[in-house]
Amino acid sequence: MPLLFAALALIALVGAAGVLLSRNPVYSALSLLLNFVAFAVMYVMLSAQFLGVVQIIVYAGAIVVLFLFVVMLIGGNLPALGRGRRAYVRAAGVILAALFLLALLFGLARPLPNGLAAVGAPDGGSVQALGLALYVDHIVPFELASILLLTAMLGGIVLARRYQAPPKD
Amino acid sequence: MSLPTLDFSLILPELVVLITALLVLIADLLWPRAASRGREQAPAVLALAGLILAGLLTLLAGEWSGATLQGMLVADALARYLNLVVLLAAALGLLLSWSYLPHFSTQRSEYYALYLLAVAGMLFLGKSIELITLFVSLEILSIALYVLTGFHRGQLAGGEAALKYFLLGAFSSGFLLYGAALFYAATGATRLADIAAQNAGGFYMLAGLALFLVGLGFKLAVAPFHMWAPDAYQGAPTPVTAFMSVGTKAAALVALFRVVQAAGSVPVGVWATALAFLSLLTMTLGNLAALRQSSLKRMLAYSSIAHAGYLLVGVVAGTAAGFDAVLFYLFAYAFMNIGAFAIASLLERPGFYAVQDAGIHAADGLFGRRPWLAVAMAMFMLSLAGIPPLAGFFGKLYLFAAAVESGWAWLAVAGVLNSVISAYYYLRVVVGMFMAEPSASAHLRLPLPASATLAVALTALGTLLFGLLATPWFQGISR
Amino acid sequence: MSIVLLSILKSLALIILLLTGFAYLTYYERKLLARFHVRRGPNRAGPFGLLQPIADAVKAIFKEEIVPGHVDKLIYIVAPALSLIPALVIFAVIPIAPDLRLGGFTLQFHVADINVGLLYLAAIASVATYGIILGGWSSNNNYALLGSLRTAAQMISYELPFGLLLAAIILTTNIGREAGTLSLIEILNQPRPWWLWLWLWLAFPMFFITMLAESNRSPFDLPETENELIAGFQVEYGGIKFALFFMAEYISMITGSAIMATLFFGGWRGPFADPGTWYGPIVGFGWFFLKVVALLFVYIWVRASVPRIRYDQLLQFCWKVLTPLSIGYLVLTALIVVFVG
Repeated sequence: MPLLFAALALIALVGAAGVLLSRNPVYSALSLLLNFVAFAVMYVMLSAQFLGVVQIIVYAGAIVVLFLFVVMLIGGNLPALGRGRRAYVRAAGVILAALFLLALLFGLARPLPNGLAAVGAPDGGSVQALGLALYVDHIVPFELASILLLTAMLGGIVLARRYQAPPKD
Repeated sequence: MSLPTLDFSLILPELVVLITALLVLIADLLWPRAASRGREQAPAVLALAGLILAGLLTLLAGEWSGATLQGMLVADALARYLNLVVLLAAALGLLLSWSYLPHFSTQRSEYYALYLLAVAGMLFLGKSIELITLFVSLEILSIALYVLTGFHRGQLAGGEAALKYFLLGAFSSGFLLYGAALFYAATGATRLADIAAQNAGGFYMLAGLALFLVGLGFKLAVAPFHMWAPDAYQGAPTPVTAFMSVGTKAAALVALFRVVQAAGSVPVGVWATALAFLSLLTMTLGNLAALRQSSLKRMLAYSSIAHAGYLLVGVVAGTAAGFDAVLFYLFAYAFMNIGAFAIASLLERPGFYAVQDAGIHAADGLFGRRPWLAVAMAMFMLSLAGIPPLAGFFGKLYLFAAAVESGWAWLAVAGVLNSVISAYYYLRVVVGMFMAEPSASAHLRLPLPASATLAVALTALGTLLFGLLATPWFQGISR
Repeated sequence: MSIVLLSILKSLALIILLLTGFAYLTYYERKLLARFHVRRGPNRAGPFGLLQPIADAVKAIFKEEIVPGHVDKLIYIVAPALSLIPALVIFAVIPIAPDLRLGGFTLQFHVADINVGLLYLAAIASVATYGIILGGWSSNNNYALLGSLRTAAQMISYELPFGLLLAAIILTTNIGREAGTLSLIEILNQPRPWWLWLWLWLAFPMFFITMLAESNRSPFDLPETENELIAGFQVEYGGIKFALFFMAEYISMITGSAIMATLFFGGWRGPFADPGTWYGPIVGFGWFFLKVVALLFVYIWVRASVPRIRYDQLLQFCWKVLTPLSIGYLVLTALIVVFVG
């Protein structure tokens, strides 16, 4: 198991690095896909099968496809991407990333906050447990999320329609 | 299989608003396009009816005892007042949209449906007592408002406003979400009551609260997170600006109040001091920037940033009296601010593709053209500046008094000084209206649509009555 | 370790089975199409032309490997494999015969019984788009790009009714028990009342249409419309790489039929397919095979009889007819589950 985890972690890291280092946005998107799939397998290993499958459906099946769609429509070969950036932008990126690393290490070095003790409950990732959490305990935000999606859909349609000036009288 | 039982009567007004939004959409689908003239305004009529019904239900619901829906949404007195403020602002904004929308858009049902969804988001936000619910409600109102901001698709400024609002808004949602995650990390709970009960201290709570302040600060347009506000308020259709400048503030303030109360383990001094400085910065910056604006709408946008600063004073005070003052101020603000925006929208001239912004001198000589309009506008301006006996004065009085009572005298002094600064730009408009000649480009005859007139009349009446009857109103809120 | 070894062996057997199935599916299709056209079909290689698939395979393998100069080489080469793998991998959760018990040893005729089997189907189906999109993009050819964009839109759109119908089927597993299941094996083991069969068969035509679209079969073979796009995303492909795309399409037909056979027609269940007996697996596999072949016949029948529809009609049909219908079906199913079940 540790061996499998190491291999997956390596794949995920390679994917993440690929996102950053590829000159070609399509390769970046594919590296992202690799990263997502590696994480999906890790979820399955942690006996959160549902989460793993949903990760594939949502991220691999929809989001990265969307990215590819956009990249392909605006022209997949954008070699200029990433070049010609100002030095201070790079420096800011490096500093922020370093700060983030520090924050993560800081969080890991401390004892786990009390609130997270309950997270790793056995069978917490099963479909049954998730179903209860979503449809019984959190039914209110779940239903609100459907309203949120309706709003976003409506907004998307409004913005995507061709603008038609009203007739002047 | 046991399904949860939910008491939907607690969220009846919200459900009415939501169902109205759906009805507006369905009516658009089923009612043939070529039908009579009545179809044109049908969505507006429907939406207004829904808002009024929701308002009546809120009023008639009797005492809201604080019963909760699974610990996610609460129907308490705070939520009730928020409901009233938001529904009032929404109804007034809708009256403005009635005659304004046809100038620039044919997508009426979509507009009113999004408008109602934004209202629903605000109402839900005011009732949220759980982090996930809070976040989702906030997103409902934000996304609806992003689109409404860019609804004026014929002009570039609208798109720019919407894009800026969207990008910064999405960014701020990220902050809020990180804050929520840290709260969860510290306590293992998402319900605010449980978080408060845990009384967990330490770094995670502090950092979480700080991130929450940033996230909600963006929505409130509190400096230094106000960058989006002037552009968004200027680029958005004026009725939307009027509505969102009041509604969003009200809902986000209630959410902020609830969150701050829940994070009880963080020492009061810490967050109150942080908020006090934000408040000071916000009102000073808003007022100073408003001095230099050449567009009436943009000036009002900066003024609304400054008012966010005043409102924060009540939260800083941290007492019940402080928040009562906030609620009172929100009512007053709803009347005077929407009134001011209403007149700004009347002064705008519909161009061929776009509605022209009203310049700072657009109101010049208004007294000669439309005397009653000028009187109303003067009332709004004086009230915004905080001059007795209008509503704005008493609002500020209660706010600053609460601050002094709980030991924030310097903040109150800063607030008073700021009001003095603000008086300059408000009074400049008043002086222009009564003394100056109308600018050459002004219409000689200003069209006055009935719905907008009604809105102006209502807001003027509200501004006056809230001022004259301030004490009984305030006592009503405190009770 | 033996479990891992067994799984590997099972997977290998399954792949061999599927590849053979693919080879003879092409033969089956050509023969059937010939019947529809009143021709004879392949009849030169071997008796009744039975060796024809092998001849085709040999031809494809020994063609010269051409990688055009203007393509994105890595993705160009990977894409055909990416489109084939999902089609193969889906089969892992489909039971093809009842368990065989010999003494204390039980042999199960499926590779994995994961408790989210039905969602696994949806997940793999959603990944299947990549091979085609990437193949079209890496070819660096306008026709190919158009073809692949069409596929992406088509497959994503049709995943919607597909997912909704799957959800309806998942709901029905709740009837008369504590909790439902997402495992294909358990679904097969649950007895269904007769009215539920009828109700499910009502959804079958819709489900079949989504499967047609998901496997890019006629009348939804827009990605490769010869008369508009030459061959769509596969224009620049030849030899074995073309054969891989071809294989992916046919194997996804087989998987589609297998899924439908399992969900709607009881999979390996049938007279004399008794689990636990020595002959059960053989008869069970026989039933499964027959059902799959019958469904494949429908695929080919549709191809022979229905003209290709226009692209906008395709999407309109999905969003304005199929999706609302499947939402309605889902709602009705939920009502049935709550009130009848």
